[in-house]
Amino acid sequence: MSASPKPDLITVNVDGRDVAVPKGTNVIEAARLVGVDVPYYCYHPKLSISGNCRMCLVEIGMPAVDPATKAPIVDPGTGKQRINWIPRPQIGCATTASPGLHVRTNTAQIKECREGVMEFLLVNHPLDCPICDQAGECKLQEQATGYGRGYSRYIEAKNVKPKRTQLGPRVMLDDERCILCSRCIRFCKEVAKDDVLGFIDRGSYSTLTCYPGRQLTNNYSLNTVDICPVGALTSTDFRFKMRVWFLKQTDSIDPESSVGANTVVWSREGVVYRITPRRNDEVNDTWMADSGRELYKQNRAPDRLMVARVEGQDSTPAAALAAAADLLKPAAGAVAVVGSGRSSIEEQFVTRRMANALGAGAFLVGRSDPGDGLLISADRNPNVRGALVTGLVTNLPSERLTQLGEWIDEGKVRCVVSVGEDLLAAGLTEAQLARVAVVYLGTHANATSAIARIVVPTFTVLERTGSFVNQQFRLQKFFQAVPGPAGAIDDLTALTRLLSSVEGEYFPPEPAAIWPEMARAIDVLQGITFAGIPATGRLLDGSRWAGLPFPEGPGLHFQPAAKP
Amino acid sequence: MAAGTPVPREPLTFAERTYLPQILGGLKTTWRHLVTPKTTLEYPEQRPALPPGYRGVPTLVRDPHGREKCVSCQLCEFVCPPKAIRITPGAIPADAPTAHVEKAPQEFEIDMLRCIYCGMCQEVCPEEAIWLQNRYSTTGYTREEMVNNKARLYELGGTLPDEHLKWDRKKAAETAGNDRH
Repeated sequence: MSASPKPDLITVNVDGRDVAVPKGTNVIEAARLVGVDVPYYCYHPKLSISGNCRMCLVEIGMPAVDPATKAPIVDPGTGKQRINWIPRPQIGCATTASPGLHVRTNTAQIKECREGVMEFLLVNHPLDCPICDQAGECKLQEQATGYGRGYSRYIEAKNVKPKRTQLGPRVMLDDERCILCSRCIRFCKEVAKDDVLGFIDRGSYSTLTCYPGRQLTNNYSLNTVDICPVGALTSTDFRFKMRVWFLKQTDSIDPESSVGANTVVWSREGVVYRITPRRNDEVNDTWMADSGRELYKQNRAPDRLMVARVEGQDSTPAAALAAAADLLKPAAGAVAVVGSGRSSIEEQFVTRRMANALGAGAFLVGRSDPGDGLLISADRNPNVRGALVTGLVTNLPSERLTQLGEWIDEGKVRCVVSVGEDLLAAGLTEAQLARVAVVYLGTHANATSAIARIVVPTFTVLERTGSFVNQQFRLQKFFQAVPGPAGAIDDLTALTRLLSSVEGEYFPPEPAAIWPEMARAIDVLQGITFAGIPATGRLLDGSRWAGLPFPEGPGLHFQPAAKP
Repeated sequence: MAAGTPVPREPLTFAERTYLPQILGGLKTTWRHLVTPKTTLEYPEQRPALPPGYRGVPTLVRDPHGREKCVSCQLCEFVCPPKAIRITPGAIPADAPTAHVEKAPQEFEIDMLRCIYCGMCQEVCPEEAIWLQNRYSTTGYTREEMVNNKARLYELGGTLPDEHLKWDRKKAAETAGNDRH
C-alpha cells in the first residue's frame, strides 16, 4: 500500500462511476471506494498478491487513442471516447489502477465467471457447515449465496483429505475445507516471519502442511485462523464453543503491552468466548498476538477476587471503600498511592487527584520484558504514557518500589493504596508491609491482597470502559464487553468514591463525564472529548516526554525516537 | 363525511314480526346436531387420531444405527422465536465410533413452558435431528420438570427410519480414500 502521506490521486472508472484513488491502489480497493463489491478469497489488503483464487475477475479497458497521434478516438455513436475492453476478464487484485482505467464488474461474462469459480471451489468442499466453526462468517458461504449458481451439478464422489490435523498448539486444520488460497502461508512468511506452512502434492491432492519437523507454534499463529476465508483453519480454543452469530462484538484494546493492538471482544450473555484483532492501519493492521487472545480467561480465573474484605472479614465493595476512606483520611500526608500502568487514563487521572488530596506520593510499577519487534513491545504496561500525560508520574517507572520502601522504613508512610499492583513482587518486603496499612484494589488474588487490610475487588479490562495511550502516544478507547462479577466494583467507581470521601471532589464514574475536567486540566488533552476519540485512536503530542528513555524497540508501525 | 345522511331502516315484514322463521331455523340446527354422530371424546381414556404433520412436543432422534443425529449447529436455538432452546455444544472424543462427526451437543434443553410448537426448529435443522412428534400433553409440578434435557429428548424422540446415512457414507469415503485419480 502507498506509504506517502499525500498520495497522488488518479481517476478510474468503476461500473460507469469515476473515482479518484491513490496511486498503487488495486481494482478491488478502488471498487470498494465506490461501494462496488468485488468478491475475493486469496487477496488480503495486508499481504502480498498471489492471485490464485480467480474470484475477483473483472473486465478492464483503457480509453482508445490513435497509435500515431495519441489523439482520443471518439465513438461516433455516443460522442464519448471509445474504451478498448480487454476481451477476457482479468483479476482485480493484481490489476493496479492506472489513470483512465475502466472497470466493469456487472456484465454477463463476469457473472458467469464468478459462478464458474464458485462451482469449482465447491466441487470438493465438504458439506460441513453444520459442524464448521466458520459458518456464519465464512466467505465461501457468503459468496456462494451472493455469486454462486445456487445449485450443484456435481454427482461424483467428493475428494477425501485429512480432516483433523493439528498444525500447532492453537491451530487445527481441516484439509477438505481448504480452498488453497495461501493466505496463511503468506502471513507466516511475510508478517510472522516464521515460514512454516506450505502446500504439498499437486492438483486436487494439494494439501496445506507444516514443513517436516516444524509446527505452527509462533505467537501469531491464530491470525491464520482469522484470515482463513473458509473453515480450514480453526482455533482449538474456540473450536465448538459457540456459534459466531450469537456473539456480541465490543471494541477493545489488547492490554498486554504498550502497543495497544485494537481488538474485538466476542461475548454472549456476559461470557467472553474469543478475542480477535480489529483493523487499525496505524497500529496493528489486522493482526494481534495469540497471547492477547487468551486474556479473557482471566475473567473467570479461579484466583479472581470475588468479594471485598475488611480486616479479614467479608464485606461489600461500598463498605470496604468507606472503611478505606476512614483509614486514609486521618493518615493524610503519610499515604503512598501505587497507581497502575494498567489503569485507564481516566482512572490514572482520578488516582492523581486522590494522591494530591491525600498529600501522598504516587508511584507506578514498571513491567518490561523483551518485545518481539512486532505487536508486543518491551513495555508490558499498556498505559505508562497515560500516567505521564495525567501527571501521575513524571518519570518512567522502575520495576522496584525502592523509594517507597525507604519511606516506609523512615516511617514517612503509614498507609499504602495499591491499584492492582503486587507490592511484594515489586520489591517491598513483608516486614515493610507489616508496618503500613495496605488498601488493595485489584482483580486477582496475590501476595499483597492476602495481607492487605482492605481488599476491593475490581474489574478486568474487558469489564471496563476507558482509554489507553499507547507507545505512539495514540489515545485509544476500549469498551465494557461483559458485566463484572457481582461482588466486584468498577475501578473508576471505586477511585471516584475514594476521592470524593477523602476530599469531597466528586466525579461521576463515567469516562465521558471525567473527560471535560481532564481536557481542562491537562494541556495535551485540550479539546478532546471521550465520544470524540475516533475508533482508530487519536495521536497526542508527546514531544514533552521525547527525552525519556522508553524501553520500546522498533515494532509494526512504530519507530522509537532516536536516543540522544 | 362526519355527519352523513342516515340510512333509512327497512321496516320488518309480517313474517319477521312473528319471529317464527327464526325460531324454526334455530331448532333445525339443534335437531340436526341431535342426530349427527358425537365429536367429543372421553379424554383421557379416548385419544384423538392426529393428522399427519401434527406438531407436538419437539424431540431429538437417533439414526437407525443409534448415532445421535444432532451435531449442535445451534440453528434451532437461533431460529426459535420464544428462545426455548438452549444448547451447550461440544466435541465428540477422538476415540468414539462417531469421531468423524466431530461435534455433538453436550447438553440440549427445550423449555416446554416457552415452546410455542411452531416447528421452526424442525424446519431449520440441517441434520433432520429435531422432530415435533405426536405427544401433545406435557405436565409437571415444577418449572424444572417442564424443561426437557438431552436424555429426555432422546427418550421421547426414539429412532428415525432414515435412509440417507450421510455420515456413514462420509466415514466410508474417509476409510476408502481417494479412488478416482
